[in-house]
Amino acid sequence: MNSLALSFELAACVAGLLLLIGTPVAYWLAYSHWRGKFLLESIVALPLVLPPTVVGFYALLAMGPRGPLGKMWMVLFGHGLAFTFGGLVVASVVYSFPFGVQPLIASFEAVDRKLLEASAVLGSGKWQTFLRVILPLSLPGVVTAVVLSFAHTLGEFGVVLMVGGDLAGVTRTASIDIYDRVETLEYGEANRLALLLLAIAFGVLCLVYAVNRRVWTPAWTRWTAK
Amino acid sequence: MEELGKDFEEKTGTKIDVSYGSSGNFFSQLQNGAPFDLFFSADVAYPRKLEAQGFVEPGTLRDYALGRIVIWMPNDSSVDLAKEGWHALLDRRVQKIAIANPELAPYGRAAASALKKAGIYNQVEAKLVYGENISQAAQFVQSGNAQAGIIALSLAFSPGMKDGKVWEIPPEMHPRIEQGAALLKNARNRSAALAFLNFVKSASGIKILEQHGFSAPASN
Repeated sequence: MNSLALSFELAACVAGLLLLIGTPVAYWLAYSHWRGKFLLESIVALPLVLPPTVVGFYALLAMGPRGPLGKMWMVLFGHGLAFTFGGLVVASVVYSFPFGVQPLIASFEAVDRKLLEASAVLGSGKWQTFLRVILPLSLPGVVTAVVLSFAHTLGEFGVVLMVGGDLAGVTRTASIDIYDRVETLEYGEANRLALLLLAIAFGVLCLVYAVNRRVWTPAWTRWTAK
Repeated sequence: MEELGKDFEEKTGTKIDVSYGSSGNFFSQLQNGAPFDLFFSADVAYPRKLEAQGFVEPGTLRDYALGRIVIWMPNDSSVDLAKEGWHALLDRRVQKIAIANPELAPYGRAAASALKKAGIYNQVEAKLVYGENISQAAQFVQSGNAQAGIIALSLAFSPGMKDGKVWEIPPEMHPRIEQGAALLKNARNRSAALAFLNFVKSASGIKILEQHGFSAPASN
């Protein structure tokens, strides 16, 4: 399997998982009044400032037979987590976490509180308010979160290098493939893949900025936002 | 390398600053004007290519040592490596074997060809995981994510790898791992650099290299 396809698969898994895990975390961070909230906010932002070597180094230890993740995985699946696609997904979810959560927090916080109160007064529960008021109004944030965590995973290198084991079709992502080719002095092939990634990254960022500037006002915002 | 630098500094007063990295990476950096005096590579092919492209001071390329490879397992492994040798890799308790990527690293190439020569490559191929270089392969076993590894003997001496069993792969089982060094045209301190290069190939240099898991080079 080609490395770019593998990168896309990994990025899609990570973006999907991050949306599932990130939404409740972002909801809680946006609406909680707990004074210790800054602690969780700091943890969420941590991968932004940590070098991938730190995340990769600890990820490898955690996935090992003496690490908590490794032990758990061994019980569940009968094999270790390092050098597997699943291992890359776990490490990437951690590493891309802020990209999947922070845009959600920002857009949840931007929803007008009066609308939430109105929704409550009209008898909606929290779950209904979330689905029918918060989520529709936060769709640009949701799109940003999904696209950014996808793109960030696509561009990830250090963590994959440290826990992947460079197995073709399993853990050799496009960024690793480029590195291997530079190392073996196949500059032509490295260049081809690198240009492709560059074009994809540019396209993805254009999408994010276009959505946030509402270049194309999507139908849903016309119905819901006043 | 550190020890060589220290010894050299004691003898001559010249301090050696070492930058570590992969040969391929330094190769492209040197092609693009990286400010180094000397280039030591675990694979003599890289300095040879630089020489062909005119980045090396003519006549200064030399092989300075031969690498040795070993099978390494953690001490707490229940496999009897000393008794089993090659067969340890076939053991069911060994689920993953870390080697350096044969396409990137000479130690990986040596490991793969030794496995082929031993006639067990096909049996262990599915267990192999690849480190970007030999140190990463070592880290994979040391952290327990792989149960065995084929690593450089020089690494088996390092502090992090002390708690391990070692079985040396006979040198005739793999192609020679020729470590090559050369003086670069970009060198700013030529005379001192050349002196260090000569020191590495001197009797005291070779002695240090042998103490750290290398063999003396085949030619002089």
